[in-house]
Amino acid sequence: MWFFASPEIVFGEDALSYLSEIEGKRALIVTDDTMVRLGFADRVISHLQEAGIEVQVFAEVEPDPSLETVKRGAQAALAYEPDWIVGLGGGSPMDAAKAIWVLYERPDMEPEEISPIETLGLRQKARLITIPTTSGTGAEATWAIVLTDTEGQRKLVLGSRENVADIAIVDPIFVAELPPQLTADTGMDTLTHAVEGYTCTWHNDFSDNLCLKAIKLIFEYLPRAYEKGDLEAREKMHNAATIAGLGFGNASAALAHSLGHALGAVFHVSHGRAVGLFLPYTIEFSARGSGTRYAEIARFLGLPPSPLEGGQPPSTGARGSEEEEAESLVSAIRGLLKRLGQPSTIAELGISPEEFETEMTKLVENAENDPCTVTSPRIPSTEEFERLFRYAFEGKSVDF
Amino acid sequence: MIKFLSDEWIKALCQELNQSEAYAQAAKNWEGDFYFIVEPEGEIKEPVIFYVDLWHGKCREAKLVADEKEKEPAFRMSAPLSAWRKVIEKELDPIQGLMTRKLKLEGNMAMIMRNVKAAQELVNCCTHIPTEFPSE
Repeated sequence: MWFFASPEIVFGEDALSYLSEIEGKRALIVTDDTMVRLGFADRVISHLQEAGIEVQVFAEVEPDPSLETVKRGAQAALAYEPDWIVGLGGGSPMDAAKAIWVLYERPDMEPEEISPIETLGLRQKARLITIPTTSGTGAEATWAIVLTDTEGQRKLVLGSRENVADIAIVDPIFVAELPPQLTADTGMDTLTHAVEGYTCTWHNDFSDNLCLKAIKLIFEYLPRAYEKGDLEAREKMHNAATIAGLGFGNASAALAHSLGHALGAVFHVSHGRAVGLFLPYTIEFSARGSGTRYAEIARFLGLPPSPLEGGQPPSTGARGSEEEEAESLVSAIRGLLKRLGQPSTIAELGISPEEFETEMTKLVENAENDPCTVTSPRIPSTEEFERLFRYAFEGKSVDF
Repeated sequence: MIKFLSDEWIKALCQELNQSEAYAQAAKNWEGDFYFIVEPEGEIKEPVIFYVDLWHGKCREAKLVADEKEKEPAFRMSAPLSAWRKVIEKELDPIQGLMTRKLKLEGNMAMIMRNVKAAQELVNCCTHIPTEFPSE
């Protein structure tokens, strides 16, 4: 038994205007100060007011939102009593909105108690709208909530299927001016979602093709969105992020997320940059167990049967071994990272060997206990986790 | 072979856990005792309750309990025999089992999710026991 959950998705140019058609009395927009400064919150407010809905804004969400922030947001919701919660921004405001929504409906709960086994009984007081302003997290379409336990220096992956938004507004207007660095970081997050959604142990018939479609869109449009920033490429990447969100959100993520969450919580590296950095290493590691699913991705993308050497094109119809085709996928991802100016090693993030070694125990412990580890196609031992971190620090291809 | 629904089986699990370095390492921070409850189904007319006290990577006590009121464990995990068998034979990931409510948990799920590696090693120890399951 498994499930497929999805919000109603309103996408494409002018999708935001759909807000003028919804019914309600009061909306609480959960966002950050950047969304307010860029005027994005005002656009949302304007459409909600057209629908006759009063609006209050909670713009206190920080990157990697903390347990304390969502508790403050829930207090704001309890005081204002909205019938819509609107998560506006990247993954952090949308995840915070999901948690605030739960705590508003269930003030008896602690954020850490939000889990798939609890019946939350949501939608008694409010419903949720998510509006992504980056093309990466897919949080608009997933039920997961990632919060940070600042005291324990670790990320908490929480959530329940009830957390899936009622409506996701995927309007490319919000990413028309997305800076190149953010385009690259969030784009690599999307790629990691799609690849891991397809290859994790919880992959399924309903999510597989969403992941493959997202991967294809990313390889085709992410370089263009980064280099030229044209609206068509940006819109395709915006769609890809939501499609990948649906894909991995109804399957799971895997090792690149475990390592990325661990690194991000300790060294405060942006989520997309961290998981994108680890993706080639974790594919190399996992494909040594079984390369089948990675080979399928490589074939779907029409990649050469093995990594190109000396620029020689493959012969038509030639196929490599599963391991070679997985290597070909790794090679394509490393090529994409390079083209996007993304770091391919932990050292390139500016983390010194001393700092890295000091935190090694914490990194390994966090990664081992990340829920994404359980759904990885090959689960590393403690020693293998440590080696994976070290190889990613030095930029060595994984050979174990 | 050791019969699954027996005191001998849960004591064998306790022994496996105490011999496992992987479990000791993964569960070094774990504090909490469990009831693992096999719900009535088919030939099983009454619930069968295993009590296990897990503390910092070691199993301090394990026994079959006749009366559910005998202990007040921090966690109660229950499922029919068919679901337990799938977990022990590694056909059902326990976290997936919890999410689909094939396994029911009373207790702090967040604590379980922070210790997924320990849960995985515990299942690994179960697989080492030569188990004879009753007919379902």
